[in-house]
Parts: sequence; structure tokens; C-alpha cells
Amino acid sequence: MNKTSLKKIIAVVGVLATLLLVLAGCGSSKKSSDSNNPSSVQQIKKNGTIRIAVFGDLPPYGWVNKEGKRVGYDVTLARKVAKDLGVKVKFVQVNANNRVDALNSNKVDLVLANFTVTPERKQVIDFAKPYMKVSVGVVSPRNKPITKTSQLKGKNLIVTKGTTAETYFTQKQKGVDLLKFDSKTQQFNALKNGRGVALADDNSYLYAWSKNNPKYTVGIKSIGPKSYISPAVKKGNKSLLKWTNKEISKLTKDGFFEKDYNSTLKPYFGKDVKPSDIILPIK
Amino acid sequence: MAHSGINVLLEGDNFIRLLGGLWVTIKIAFTSLAFGLVLGVLLGVLRTFKNRLLRFVLRIYLEFFRVVPTVVLLFLFYYILPRQLNFNLPANELATFVFALWVAAEMSDIVRGALISVPKHQQESGKAIGLSRWQLYRYVLIPQAFSLELPATINLATRVIKTTSILMLISVMDVINIGQQVIEANNHTYPNGVFWVYGIIFLFYFLIDYPLSWWARRLEKKGLERENG
Repeated sequence: MNKTSLKKIIAVVGVLATLLLVLAGCGSSKKSSDSNNPSSVQQIKKNGTIRIAVFGDLPPYGWVNKEGKRVGYDVTLARKVAKDLGVKVKFVQVNANNRVDALNSNKVDLVLANFTVTPERKQVIDFAKPYMKVSVGVVSPRNKPITKTSQLKGKNLIVTKGTTAETYFTQKQKGVDLLKFDSKTQQFNALKNGRGVALADDNSYLYAWSKNNPKYTVGIKSIGPKSYISPAVKKGNKSLLKWTNKEISKLTKDGFFEKDYNSTLKPYFGKDVKPSDIILPIK
Repeated sequence: MAHSGINVLLEGDNFIRLLGGLWVTIKIAFTSLAFGLVLGVLLGVLRTFKNRLLRFVLRIYLEFFRVVPTVVLLFLFYYILPRQLNFNLPANELATFVFALWVAAEMSDIVRGALISVPKHQQESGKAIGLSRWQLYRYVLIPQAFSLELPATINLATRVIKTTSILMLISVMDVINIGQQVIEANNHTYPNGVFWVYGIIFLFYFLIDYPLSWWARRLEKKGLERENG
């Protein structure tokens, strides 16, 4: 009896293993026969929903308010995109470091999560036309404002390690003495304690900070290379990329981004900042 | 301002949302435990059989799920496998699936250990009165192994509940994820809201996990009393 039951078990295990293999085979063959992608415009319209990756913890771009509703600059754009496609929107919350994977493993159709265009990212995903720009800004005390880089020569400038601001000043502005810190909290405390004449960081970040600290002003709004924020799709998803490009051009022309700016970003950035500091001009 | 940090919990729907996140956490933990424990018992029984191949395959399965960190398993199933196999589950179901497989692996070892530590004479007596293998397991080994494996099983359950906290990495809206949303959304108005939000999350996990570990300790004590008279 022992032997027969053993054989039975082996048989069962064998069958299960084969089944698994067959299933796996089906899976991969389906992928190839399914031709291009499950995120094409046609497919999204057929499904009736578009899956968009957004941030859930980055006010004012993508966050959740106290009523539990997703809001922010990116989220407003996401809802508009879905509306113009004529489909419902399903939000997938992502972190900065899994935005690329979410696209490549077909978890989302589109990423609208403050995604900065970089050459490295361009190799693995496709970016549509930008809808926002950011660059390095310099914040300084309102009573001793720094408005030109020449004012910084030989003085201490506060930066955080690993930021674009640090890279820019190290490489392009050699006459400035940099005082480097590990975290945002440290760098702002250093500025408040007068350890440097000014502080450099991403301008959109500084706008929000200086609004809460009215003794300081973003004297230099933008220096160095500009970075652009774009919607992203999976590499090779031409149909959605083309549609998104058209949509961004149309929305820019309609003044949608200015409205979006006024409703979501302005309360955070304050009066010192104009929409044109953030959004892109009509081409 | 400093004293009002607790208000971050009372504002709007924040507290309800945290409870909603907790419900997701509990649902994933307990569903995966239910499936995982049943599968684990089956695999554990199979692992006491004499077939070398079967034991080898199950051993590999166990070691894989025990050695590879749960975060890596989640990433593997959520991001990497879908790309190769077009195997695409929503995050919550996928998390339940991965956790169930993990629980099954750990459970199979607990069950195997318990089964082989049932005194040998019990098994021999069973065979002597002509029980078939099925009857032997059903009436002799499994009932006796049950009390041996219970404390370890409850320990496993508390571990699973705690480990749900990494599910936010694959976009599951669990209690930690919602907590972070609340913290970031209120950063300007409640700078020390972090303390309160994580405080309440700590309390949630404690309320679920502590009764379980208390129960495990009690069972262990009872077991000792029974054995030593």
C-alpha cells in the first residue's frame, strides 16, 4: 500500500508541475499574441478606465486631503485627462522609486507623479510633452536679499547633499563656498541661524517654504539648467504617447494649467510666484 | 500649537480613513493566514512522507520563502513576474497570495516538526492496530501534533500581521500608507502630527498582536503543565 500511494503522490505532483508549466506557457504566449499593449488608447477606451500613477504624500502635487479625496496639481491633470478620454480614472499610489516599475509591469497606463525628465529615465520609458518646469532657486532673508549669483562670491551658500542645487553650484559656480547638510530640516535651520547668506534648492520647494517663513524670499527664482516634468507612458506605447502629447498641447492652449496652478499650487506658493514660473508658455 | 497635535486624528475623515486602512491590513493578514495555514498543514504532512523527491521539492519551496525577504518576494511577484508572464493581479489580491505562500512555507516546517515529535510509540501502536496511513494521520498524529504546533503558529500569525506594514511598497492602501498620507497632508498645520499618527498605528497593531501573543504564552504554559503534571 505504501508504494502505490507514493506513486499516486508523485503522479499528483507531476501533474501539478506540468499544469503550472502549461499555465506559464499560456501566459507568455498570450503576451506575444496580444500584440502590442494593454495600455493603448483603444484598449483603455474599451476597458472604460485609465489607471494613472500619482503620489499620495506630496502636497501640493499629489496628496489626499482630510476628506480622503485625492487632490493636487498632478491629480487635477489626471482627472482632466480621463475626462477628455471619456473614461473613468483609477488612481494607483506610487513612491518616487517605483514609478518606472509600475509602468513596465503594466500596473498603470500613465504616470502623473511629478516625474522629472532625465536622460537615464528616457531609456526605459517614454515621456510625453512637459507640463511643468523646475529649476534651482536661491532663498535669502527678505532684508538682505540675494538676487544675483555675483552676490554669492566668497560667501557661504547652504545646500543639501545630493540635490541638483549642490551639483549645479559645485560644477558651474566655483566661487561660491558651499555649506552642505544631510537633510531639509538641517539646511533650513542653518539658514535661520545665519550660517550662510542664502540657501539653494529646487525652486518649487523653496516657494512653499518661504510662504510659511515670510521673513525669507526666493530672490533668485531660477538658475542653472531647467528640468521638465512630464507625463510618462510605457516604452513603445505610441498610441497613448501620441494622444497625451496632443492633450498636453490642447490643455496648454486652453489655459488649463494656469487654472490648475491657481487652484492647487498658488495657496502653497504665495503671491511672490507667478504661474509662468512653473507652467510652460504656449508654443 | 504643540499641544494640539492630536487634532490631526480628529480632523475631517482622518480617523475613519485610518480605520479603513486597518481593515485592509486585517483582511489581507487573516485571509492569507487562513489559506496559508491550510496549505501549510497539507505540505507539512507531505514532508513527513518518505519520498525523497517530494521532500526535496518541498524543502526548496520552504527555503525559498524563508530565505528571501518578504519585500523582495512582493517586488518579484508584483513587478518582475508580470513583465515575463503577463500574470497581473491587483495589489491587494497579490499581497494576499504572496503572504499565503509564505505562511504555507513556514507552517509546513512547524507542522513537520510537530508531527515528528509525536512519540514514536504512538505511531507504532497505531500501525499495530491496523490503521491505514490516512487514519494514522487523522486520528493519531495530527491531533497530538496540534497542541505542539499551536504556540508557534500563533507566533507566525503575529509576524504576518506585523509584516503587512511593508505592503505600502506595492501600493496597497494599508494603515501605514494612509498614515503617511495623513502626515504629509497635515505637515504644515500639525508639525508634530507624525507622533500622533504613528502613535495610533502603534496602538492598532498592539491591540491586534498583543492578545495573540498572550494567548500563545498561555497555551505554552498550559502545555508544560500538562506534560509535567
